[in-house]
Formats: sequence, C-alpha cells, structure tokens
Amino acid sequence: MSVSDQRSWTVRLRRRAVGALPPEKLLPDGQPAYVSSWIYVFGVLSLTSLVVIIGSGSILTLKGPGWWHFTGVGHFFNSMHLWSVELFFFFMVVHLWGKYWMAAWRGGRRRVWITGAVTFLVAIPCALTGYVSQQNFDAQWISTQAKDAMNSVGVGAFFNLTNFGQMYSYHVLLLPVAVVVLVAAHVLLVRKHGVVPPFPLAEESAAQESPDPSPSGAEAS
Amino acid sequence: MTRAERRARRQRLDMASRAWKGPYRRYDLVKEASIALGVVLALTVLLTILFSSPDDPPSTIKSWATADPVDFVTTATTELDGSSAMGGYGPPYNHASNGQHILFIRVQKWLGVSHPINTAQDFVITPLQSITGQPSLQQAIARYQAASDKQQGDWTGAYEKGLKDAKARPDGSIAVAKGDYGPVPTMLRYLLGFAQSGGLDGALLASKQFYQTDYTKPLLFMSDGSVLSDRAMAEHLLGKQWGMMNETGSYPGQVWLWLYTFWYQIKPFSTSANADILVLTIMGVLSLAFVLIPFIPGVNALPRWIPIYKLIWRDHYRAIG
Repeated sequence: MSVSDQRSWTVRLRRRAVGALPPEKLLPDGQPAYVSSWIYVFGVLSLTSLVVIIGSGSILTLKGPGWWHFTGVGHFFNSMHLWSVELFFFFMVVHLWGKYWMAAWRGGRRRVWITGAVTFLVAIPCALTGYVSQQNFDAQWISTQAKDAMNSVGVGAFFNLTNFGQMYSYHVLLLPVAVVVLVAAHVLLVRKHGVVPPFPLAEESAAQESPDPSPSGAEAS
Repeated sequence: MTRAERRARRQRLDMASRAWKGPYRRYDLVKEASIALGVVLALTVLLTILFSSPDDPPSTIKSWATADPVDFVTTATTELDGSSAMGGYGPPYNHASNGQHILFIRVQKWLGVSHPINTAQDFVITPLQSITGQPSLQQAIARYQAASDKQQGDWTGAYEKGLKDAKARPDGSIAVAKGDYGPVPTMLRYLLGFAQSGGLDGALLASKQFYQTDYTKPLLFMSDGSVLSDRAMAEHLLGKQWGMMNETGSYPGQVWLWLYTFWYQIKPFSTSANADILVLTIMGVLSLAFVLIPFIPGVNALPRWIPIYKLIWRDHYRAIG
C-alpha cells in the first residue's frame, strides 16, 4: 500500500510524467495509418546511427586517443566511428527535409522541430571537436584553420581548437551529452504529440470547419 | 471575439492538433528500432571494410626543419621580428592588432588576450635559452636583446632578404649570402639544429607542469610556415578549394559544412579581411532562422504550397478518395 501523499514531489513528478506520456504512448503498438512512407525511416536511422557512433566512440575512448593509430583493431573502430558519423548526418539531413515538407511543427509540435534542428546544429561542433582530436595531419590543419573563425567572434578566447586536451573533453563528454539529451527530448516530444497528420485536402478542411469541434487530442506547445 | 475565443477557434481549426480518429495500423516500435540498428551497423561495417579511414601522420617541427630548412629559418626569422602572421594576429594571442570586426562590433578585441603568445620570445628566444653549454649562442642572444628595436629590425629585415636566395646544404644547414645580419644567423643556426634534433617540438610544449595537452604553440608556429599549407593544398584542403568540407585522401569530410564553406568562395568574403566574422554572422542568422522555421511566415507555409506532401502521404490520400 502506498504511503505517499499528495504533497510529495516524487508523486507529483510521477503523475505528471505518466500523464504526459502514459506507457501506451511511450511504447506504442499502433500508428495512424497515414504513417506509411519510406521517409519515416530516416528518423529511426538517425537515432540508430547515433547509437553506433556512441558505441564505436566509447571503444575508442576506453583505449585512449592514441590507440587507433597503432593497431588494426583500433583503426577498424575509428573507421566505424567515421562512417557512422557520415551516415548520421546523411540520415538526419534527409529526416529534416522530410519533416520540413510535412510541416511537422503543426498541431503544437513546434518544440519537436526546434529540438531536432538544435540537435543538428549541436552535432556540428561535436563532429568538429572529433576531427581536431584525431592527432594526425587532418587535426593539425583543421584546428589551425578553424581557429580563425572561432577567434573572429570571440569564441576562441575560451574554446581553443589547438588545445587537444580541451577539444578531447568536449568531444567525448560535453557535446555528446548535449546531443543525447536533445535527442531524448526530441523523441519524448514525438511520442507525446504523435506523428504529425497529413495536410487536410480542401474539401476535408471545409468539412472540419463545422460548428461541432471535436476535442483536441494533442497538447499545444 | 475575445482573444481566448480566437485561440479556441484556431485550435478547433488546427486539425493537426486533434487526436487522430482515423484508422491505425499495427506497429512494433522496438522491432523497428532493432532492425534499424542492425541495418545501420551492417552498413557501417561494410563501409569500414570497403573504405577504412584516413590517417595521414602529423607534421612535426623536426620533419619540417629537416625537409625544408630554408622555410623553417625564414619563418623563425619572421617570428623573431614579429612580422609573421601570428606576430601580427591580435587577440586572443597578442595585442598586435584588433582582429576582425563588423561595423563597431569587435568581439575579438573585447574578449582580449586569453592565450598570450610573444612570437619572438616563445618561438625563438626561450627555446634557444634552454640550450646550455653554447657560449657563442648565449652571447648572440644577449647581443640581440641589448640592441635597439631599429637595429634588431635592420638585422632581421636584411636576413629575410638574404633568405630569399638561400639554399639548403646536404648536411641540413642553409647557405645565405653574406650581409650585415648581426647575431641573427648564429641564433637561427642553433634554432635550426635544435629543431632538426626534435628538441624544439618538446620545448614549445614545455609548461609549468609535467603533463601537457596544449599544442597551441607548435601548431601556430608551424601554421606560419608552409609545412602545413603545402600538404593541405596537395590534399585539396585549402579554404579556396572548399577544403572545410574535404578530408585527406578521397574521403568525405565534414560535408555538412557545404554552405559555410560556400561563402568563402565568393566575393566579398573571398577577399575580405573580415571574412570569418562576416561568414559566421551569416551562418548564425541562417541557423537561427532554421531553428525558428515554424514561426517564419512564408517559409512555414511553403510545404503547403509545394505539394510534396501529396507524395509523402499518397497512400493516405488514395485511401480517403
């Protein structure tokens, strides 16, 4: 028997979380019939690419930044890390274009778009810090060139691309955490609001403008 | 109609915010994610096996000074008199200039010098002072430091002219025509030898602590010479070669930076001294617009006007007739 009371912060948080995302909404076993196009695949492909990035990156991190230069296994995982990043950006760009043409921010879903767009933008410095952490010629060239852009807007004063230690910290911890938190928020918002429905055709819109409104199923952001 | 009534009407008409009342299809989220993970993993492994990844070894000051001693000594001389790119860079390294700006906005200057670098002291004199047991070198340094700024400039200026016709000898030293160079040739002869032995690589990393992870000094020194840019040009990595989105070899690089690097290819950015801040400002505005697309009139209506959605949802529209 529960001993919790109405004033418990924990109970209130749980009620709010379950209210916003009941289990059947969080892990659905059905989708509206209109969710039927290959374009929908690119969201989950972006997500799973991120899983491969984090997996391969974690192995590289476990062995340290120099390991992959001297071992075949290390080079293999570095290659996996590179290609999963390329795939991640490719899938994410297609996903974003698809969602743009669906106007997927409709129906109180603006935060879904915003978290997706910000994820793309945060992934860029996440990749950049990886490139300058490679400890090879590529890292030397990119860091000495990109520093001018950072310096020109003052960012270089506290974000030094030629400081390997700082860039490695950003790459293996701070920026990946930011990406993961943003992706988690994005996915939870998608689950909360559901997949954006198709545009109504003209006759459909006219029919829907009847004086008998049906209740709103999705919360406005 | 009150504001609340208008909002209620908007929500009523916003069909996209209503719960879907139409048909559903069976969907296994966990199964779909598992299959997607398998597909991406297989694709990644396939690309890895087929193409691997590039790993061109880094340049070192030792390899640079050995392969191209004339360029090394020429660069070091410009570091000594402050005429190098780094010597006149400005913040965050020194106060030699104000850095880039847009109109009255000088963020680079406002944030000041956070990574102080005195090219003469840090790249030449301090490393030379770490070489012990060489009285002629220490005398040359003392003579150089005791001279007036004008005298120092005359020596280095004359030596830089002499270096234009300098030749590398088989033993790794350089031959420069005779001239009034004061102690400069002695200093740079020792610096060249120090660099060719690998000592300068370590000296530029030395700090107050044992562990070191900051490569700012050796990287900035090398970036003033041609050691990095020559390799970059051969690999199509220069800014004017769309290098920002390229990678060594024939690998795809940061392709997502295509728009960012595009601006550097066209005027006025390709010729502006403030290109970086101009391009970053444009990209900052465009990035903000990208995030705020749902709120931008016209841009947020474009998907309704251009009916790509009819292709995406063709099954749905076919089903409803």
